Amino acid sequence: MELTNYLYLAVVLFALGATTVLLRRNTIVVFMGIELMLNATNLALVTFARMHGDITGQVLAFFVMVVAAAEVVVGLAIIVTIFRARRSASVDDVNLLKS
Amino acid sequence: MTVSGGETVLFWVLAPLMVIAAAGLLVVRRAVHAAVCVVFVMISLAVLYVAQEAPFLGVVQVVVYTGAVMMLFLFVLMLVGVDAADSLTETIRGQRWIGLLLGAGLASVLCGVIAQSTFPPPQGLAEANAVTNPVALARVVMEHYVVAMEVVGILLVTAALAGLVLTHRRRIGNKPTQRALAEAKIAAVPTGRHLSPLPAPGVYAQNNAMDTPALDHTGRPLEHSVPRVLRIRGQQREAAELLTAEQTLVHRELEGPDDPVPSVGPDSSEGETR
Amino acid sequence: MTTQTLSLAPWLVATPLIGAALLLLVGRRSDRWGHWLGVLASTATFVIGLVILLDMLGVDAEQRVATSSVGTWIDAGAFTVDLGFQLDPLSMTFVMLVSFVGTLIHVYSVAYMSHDRDRRRFFAYLNLFVAAMLLLVLADNYLLLFVGWEGVGLASYLLIGFWDHKLPNAVAGKKAFLMNRVGDMGLIVAMMLMLATFGALDFGTVLGSAEAADQGITTAIGLMLLLAACGKSAQLPLQAWLGDAMAGPTPVSALIHAATMVTAGVYLLVRSGPLLEAAPDAQLVVAIVGALTLLFGAIVGCAKDDIKKALAASTMSQIGYMMLAAGLGPVGYAFAIFHLVTHGFFKAGLFLGAGSVMHAMDDDVDMRRFGGLARLLPVTAITMGLGWLAILGVPPFSGFYSKDKIIETAFVGEGWQPWVFGTAALLGAGITAYYMSRLFFMTFAGRRRWLIGEGAEARHPHESPALMIWPMIILAVGSVGLGFALNAGDRFVHWLEPVTGHAEHEEPVLPIWLIVSLTLLLVVVGAAIAFRQYAVAKVPTTPPPAPALVRAARVDLHQDDVNETLVMRPGQYLTRSMVFADRTAVDAGWLGLAGGVGRLGSWLRGWQSGYARQYAAITLGGLGVIVLVIWLVATAG
Repeated sequence: MELTNYLYLAVVLFALGATTVLLRRNTIVVFMGIELMLNATNLALVTFARMHGDITGQVLAFFVMVVAAAEVVVGLAIIVTIFRARRSASVDDVNLLKS
Repeated sequence: MTVSGGETVLFWVLAPLMVIAAAGLLVVRRAVHAAVCVVFVMISLAVLYVAQEAPFLGVVQVVVYTGAVMMLFLFVLMLVGVDAADSLTETIRGQRWIGLLLGAGLASVLCGVIAQSTFPPPQGLAEANAVTNPVALARVVMEHYVVAMEVVGILLVTAALAGLVLTHRRRIGNKPTQRALAEAKIAAVPTGRHLSPLPAPGVYAQNNAMDTPALDHTGRPLEHSVPRVLRIRGQQREAAELLTAEQTLVHRELEGPDDPVPSVGPDSSEGETR
Repeated sequence: MTTQTLSLAPWLVATPLIGAALLLLVGRRSDRWGHWLGVLASTATFVIGLVILLDMLGVDAEQRVATSSVGTWIDAGAFTVDLGFQLDPLSMTFVMLVSFVGTLIHVYSVAYMSHDRDRRRFFAYLNLFVAAMLLLVLADNYLLLFVGWEGVGLASYLLIGFWDHKLPNAVAGKKAFLMNRVGDMGLIVAMMLMLATFGALDFGTVLGSAEAADQGITTAIGLMLLLAACGKSAQLPLQAWLGDAMAGPTPVSALIHAATMVTAGVYLLVRSGPLLEAAPDAQLVVAIVGALTLLFGAIVGCAKDDIKKALAASTMSQIGYMMLAAGLGPVGYAFAIFHLVTHGFFKAGLFLGAGSVMHAMDDDVDMRRFGGLARLLPVTAITMGLGWLAILGVPPFSGFYSKDKIIETAFVGEGWQPWVFGTAALLGAGITAYYMSRLFFMTFAGRRRWLIGEGAEARHPHESPALMIWPMIILAVGSVGLGFALNAGDRFVHWLEPVTGHAEHEEPVLPIWLIVSLTLLLVVVGAAIAFRQYAVAKVPTTPPPAPALVRAARVDLHQDDVNETLVMRPGQYLTRSMVFADRTAVDAGWLGLAGGVGRLGSWLRGWQSGYARQYAAITLGGLGVIVLVIWLVATAG
């Protein structure tokens, strides 16, 4: 089996995550889509590390994980705050950015 | 380096399942189900990491993502409300088709890139992992990425503080005293507030009694005795149907099948249901 | 001269400047003692000047020219300008004139302005003027001179409009300021030409290399310097502001608009002597302007009933004499400065006398309402009388020595020039005698016309206080003796020689005794006519009907009409059409562009739905496009 299969898998997962962001309205599910995209990236990084025999790719994936953890904390806190204020978890309800 | 047969099998088993689970994110209505799908994808990824000579990352994936991040998601879901199912009807015109098209387009473009690119022969990490994978990782991190490591540490602390600050709720009025609470309760009586505790739901041996409403002194079922969540989900039972079943059962055991079933009404069921 | 003396030079400027700064910055708290601080600063300046002068007198003539630099002011590669001071007989003459007369007028003002709420501010401006004037005459380069030039312009503007709550005064200040700007443009252009031609602005370089320069360039520079001098010295065609400048307090008229600032143009031309000598055409124009102005001022002076405006016209005329002398070349420079000094004394004295008369007459300036004041204001009458005799050129008073020299020099030369300039100077002397006698007789002789008409009972003319009297007396002494003292043995001419150069004495086209006799004859005739008309005959209290020339002279020979027709109206039309063009073309264009951008923005704003998911879709689409492009480029390359 070629290692590129892992890359294809990563691409498909990434695209599915992106589509989730575009289609789902529940903020939490949208956030899960983002996490999925990050994970797909990590898979690609790990695969590249193996492909090139360089462990730095895994280090990078490790950093992505840490940053993602921080991001989740802040993101979910924001979601909770918005939910408290508006009693809604729908991204479409937060549309004050329009003209 | 060659990929072992075992890994090939593992990949072809896991990859389709992962794709299906990820696609589930698009179609399931409840956020909890979506969370379960993501957890599945993440654990599978952990397995793939281990297979890809990254055992440390595999463990971290399970601990951080599945263990911490997804649990956090579930906590927030509980805060926000597990019961609310997400409507899948699209409200922004054309968004669904645009989204699907863009997702597919992105996937195909990236796949095209991968297909077109020529990769070097895979090296494998046997050499790098000779001192075991965590030690090798630690050497790279501590030799070349010390500053990044420290910065990320600061980021984590900051994020934790941010979580505290963002979810902190500032008290805008005085803390209510017991006296004030009591007075507010009394004042709300004319609008239908009960001074006494809510009636407990009916208790019947045959069923999960939480979903059965209690009856008042006239034998009328009391809707608010059933927990709110069950009511919203539409899982409460009608008192009448239960009583009928109960009386049928009792009657059959005591007297025999011929006796007529007494009608359940406000007058006749008093006392028996409490 | 010793280095200690040289190092004193900057203090000549700094002392009054510090005085002005203190008075302006300390504010109302210094109202009670501020005027004495002003007097002190001015006196200190005079003392410093005196020390330098005595030192300069102690050395040989060749060593009397020196420069003292405080440091580099502008350093721009090859072009540097020093903050340098030029000490030589010419600048020291001015320093003494400015600081001595200035100090006297400071003292005079203490009493004259005693009832003014803003006396402290007045003294601050006076000190500022003294500082700027000294900077003007002490600068060793044209750029620093220009700073002083603008400084005196500023002080003049502030002091003309000192009572700016009265609209005519404010307008007069503005008029002086604007007309001076025209002259300043001349100085700026002259400096640009110098910079382009000589690459420097200091007197040494510019004047040293003027002879070798192209005559077209020097002519242009000379004419531009003349324009500057015309603006500052109220010469034709920029003379119109001086009459209105009399709106300022009388001490200001005496110091700035008679004795010192208005003579700065003469200083500029004499200082730039070598440049003008390299440009004979420009020199001729200077002489013509001088001759025309001296007649113009004299004619206007004959018809003015306002005592200060008559004196202003006289000032214009006398400066015309100086300009004429400056236009005659090295032979005339010394006499121009000589007349400038004596004129500074007697004209300042006359103005202070006029101030004293106004003080007695409740600030009335109409000479037709004066008359018979000699008995009531004896000191004023005597001091003004001495000044009057001096300006007439009656021997042995100061004016005789200085003005006669100029008339004699005007007759020197070849061709038509000596005859024209000489005749003009001669005629001017006669007319001067007429209008100055008219002024004197209308004020001090004849009936007491101030007893006629309304408010006569309230008038009690009285002599001015001692603080005003003494400066007048000292100036009168100068009017009497200065000319003789300086002329003895051509002392003043030799004193200036290090700067103006030695000029060989040339014989005029007419014998000197004839010129002197003719001058005196004309003076006597002019004074006699004035005596008959204004001392013997009855003077009407309102201007009688008169021939066209007199009517024209009463309105300054229509100078304002000429300016308005030739400059103001076309200028206004030009600005109006430019405003119109600006509104309709430029503004409309840019506003249209701005409006277009705004409308485009509003249209684009319609695309903003506010839905984060739509924005994410756009972002993702962009990402896809970028990846696609990179991919295509990479595969194509």
